[in-house]
Amino acid sequence: MTGATASLRKTLGGLPGVDQVGLEARAAGLGTRSIKTTAKAWAIDLAISMVDLTTLEGADTPGKVRALANKAMRPDPTDPSCPSAAAVCVYPDMVKIAKDTLGDSGLNVASVATAFPSGRAALDIKLADTRDAVEAGADEIDMVIDRGAFLTGNYELVFDEIVATKEACARPDGTHAHLKVIFETGELQTYDNVRKASWLAMMAGADFIKTSTGKVQPAATLPVTLVMLEAVRDFRAETGRQVGVKPAGGIKTSKDAIKYLVMVNEIVGEDWLDPDWFRFGASSLLNDLLLQRQKIATGHYSGPDYVTLD
Amino acid sequence: MTKFEYAPAPESRSIVDIKSSYGLYIGGEFVDGKGGSFKSISPSTEEVLAEVTEATADDVDLAVKAARQAYDKVWSKLPGSERAKYLYRIARIMAERSREFAVLESLDNGKPIKESRDVDLPLVSQWFFYYAGWADKLGHAGLGPDPKALGVAGQVIPWNFPIMMLAWKIAPALAAGNTVVLKPAETTPLTALLFAEVCQQAELPPGVVNIITGAGATGQALVEHPDVDKVAFTGSTAVGKAIARSVAGTSKKVTLELGGKAANIVFDDAPLDQAVEGIVGGIFFNQGHVCCAGSRLLVQESVYDEVIDKLKQRMSTLRLGDPLDKNTDIGAINSAEQLARIKELSDVGDAEGAERWSAPCEIPDSGFWFAPTIFTGVTQAHRIAREEIFGPVLSILTFRTPAEAVEKANNTPYGLSAGVWTEKGSRILSMANQLRAGVVWANTFNKFDPASPFGGYKESGYGREGGRHGLAAYLQGASA
Repeated sequence: MTGATASLRKTLGGLPGVDQVGLEARAAGLGTRSIKTTAKAWAIDLAISMVDLTTLEGADTPGKVRALANKAMRPDPTDPSCPSAAAVCVYPDMVKIAKDTLGDSGLNVASVATAFPSGRAALDIKLADTRDAVEAGADEIDMVIDRGAFLTGNYELVFDEIVATKEACARPDGTHAHLKVIFETGELQTYDNVRKASWLAMMAGADFIKTSTGKVQPAATLPVTLVMLEAVRDFRAETGRQVGVKPAGGIKTSKDAIKYLVMVNEIVGEDWLDPDWFRFGASSLLNDLLLQRQKIATGHYSGPDYVTLD
Repeated sequence: MTKFEYAPAPESRSIVDIKSSYGLYIGGEFVDGKGGSFKSISPSTEEVLAEVTEATADDVDLAVKAARQAYDKVWSKLPGSERAKYLYRIARIMAERSREFAVLESLDNGKPIKESRDVDLPLVSQWFFYYAGWADKLGHAGLGPDPKALGVAGQVIPWNFPIMMLAWKIAPALAAGNTVVLKPAETTPLTALLFAEVCQQAELPPGVVNIITGAGATGQALVEHPDVDKVAFTGSTAVGKAIARSVAGTSKKVTLELGGKAANIVFDDAPLDQAVEGIVGGIFFNQGHVCCAGSRLLVQESVYDEVIDKLKQRMSTLRLGDPLDKNTDIGAINSAEQLARIKELSDVGDAEGAERWSAPCEIPDSGFWFAPTIFTGVTQAHRIAREEIFGPVLSILTFRTPAEAVEKANNTPYGLSAGVWTEKGSRILSMANQLRAGVVWANTFNKFDPASPFGGYKESGYGREGGRHGLAAYLQGASA
């Protein structure tokens, strides 16, 4: 064991444990908040503005990505007051298409990288993957950690890969693409691991921590996100640096999204109630948010033909 | 103005039909009493909800006679399997009508709807289901082959969990074959009176359950009635002592579930975020009107600052207000009298030099309210570390070693419950062996289950409720 590994183990081992029963009870308790009328309307608009509209399929084509980017800019083309999504999330080879389509709309292009979703490739390949995406214009990079290394206790390797990927996010003009670090919490399994991974990633320079790739079940859950929110809260209290949180995968309904926003509100507070600091990685969620939004505006449910399918 | 302002989300009160006045439920029907009446108000608004009858000694006598007659002629002759049918029926009706009961409980008691809806009422039907299962299996309870009921039980319950305490008392009594006369607290009689309608709906034989209302004098007449075989009381230690004195020398069996000043002990290896939840739930659940509340927090000095910071942060998110609002965490104090007591003891805390901090809550204009409050710098030599406040007030003490934690936790005249927070399993077991409390919760607090016995050491009372032990309290030959 190297000195750095020993030191990381000590730091992460010193974090307070997570009691599974208590954590899940707390998440379920927050899930019973009743968000109605004006509060619901506000929350739905905020949730729309936090969506990273995502397509990560082998079958992705330029046409599909263009359609998705248009949807992100104008989620409800019949209603100009509807906010746009936060970003479009695609594979690196689709970044340019997305970037060109979004133009100067202000929406970001997020790209997964580092041999997403498994992360099982040599570091230089992962870094080349990252640089490709950044060069193609990605504003945000969603990297995956090496879960194998994490589970064998090789925290140093995970840490170093995050640091290296962050360096690969640098642009020639000195700025850098925002780095989101995906844990794949469904593979880390325990809440203690999620807390450790959160601190590890934040110490290594993550701008955002993200639950899942969407390719492994379970993906985002309320309790997992709660642990991560506690981590960013405690990390800011200790270091002064604010880190964002992105649950991704499995969030399909407005009701679910609102539960997440309640949790953000009550665990970390309103500083995080902003697309700069909280995102939903999702695809089908957006249409449910739009249906609910129309319901609030008109008083009745429209139907799936009144939202666009892309 | 906060960013995310939750709009009001009140539960509708139209689901419950509150009558303008109630009689006494004796012999299967509502009858007029011989005495006067009193008002039951909603503590959150001081609105009068209903006029309720003050039962006199004569009324109590009638109720006991009805219970005796039902015992002799009907209930004691029914096989356990038939008694079980009635209990199962009541359990189902309570589950079906739980929303109605939850709304009425929150109106009459002041507790938040999320507690009456998610905790009290589910436990009520669980309690009836659990004891319904015992009714035809008493021979397997470890109390002999054919244990016999005691007869008529006189039961006096408190105002903090009105319908839940009713279930805790009535379910085991009926399962064991007794009939009952129950008196709810004078500030919270309405759910017990609604329960009388459930007895009618379940076609429970008349007189098996009788509900009489009134204050201390009515309760005294009930427990001192010569034809009562069993007295079950939950409430203050002072009244419990008076009951113990009054039944001394009689053949009455007694169970008393009294006050507490529970230690909630947080070690430095605790899961801190969940521990903070447990501290909050331990003392602010039900506005701290909980006999087993974790009202004394013992924090290991090495994590003291962190725990206090997190606790204050968490308390700042508690929502105090309309008990019927589904987002309310902290409801109203049950009565003006109780509010005065909480204020008085808190002032003593100030006077004795403890440092008070209250969550920043807006207090409504009418009704009885007290913001969630902690006192730091408390020692064993402070009155607020020794006396039961029975409100949302937490006294915080520190310790250095497990031995010191045990010593301080046990250094109280009470012994109802305790909590231990640590990730170390062996420490949990060692603490549980040393703590003199009827319930020791590990990494949780205020969790109840009908299968688990509940009761106290020392001045917290005697006898157990819940589980097989709770059954023994209503059967002959068994030590209660």
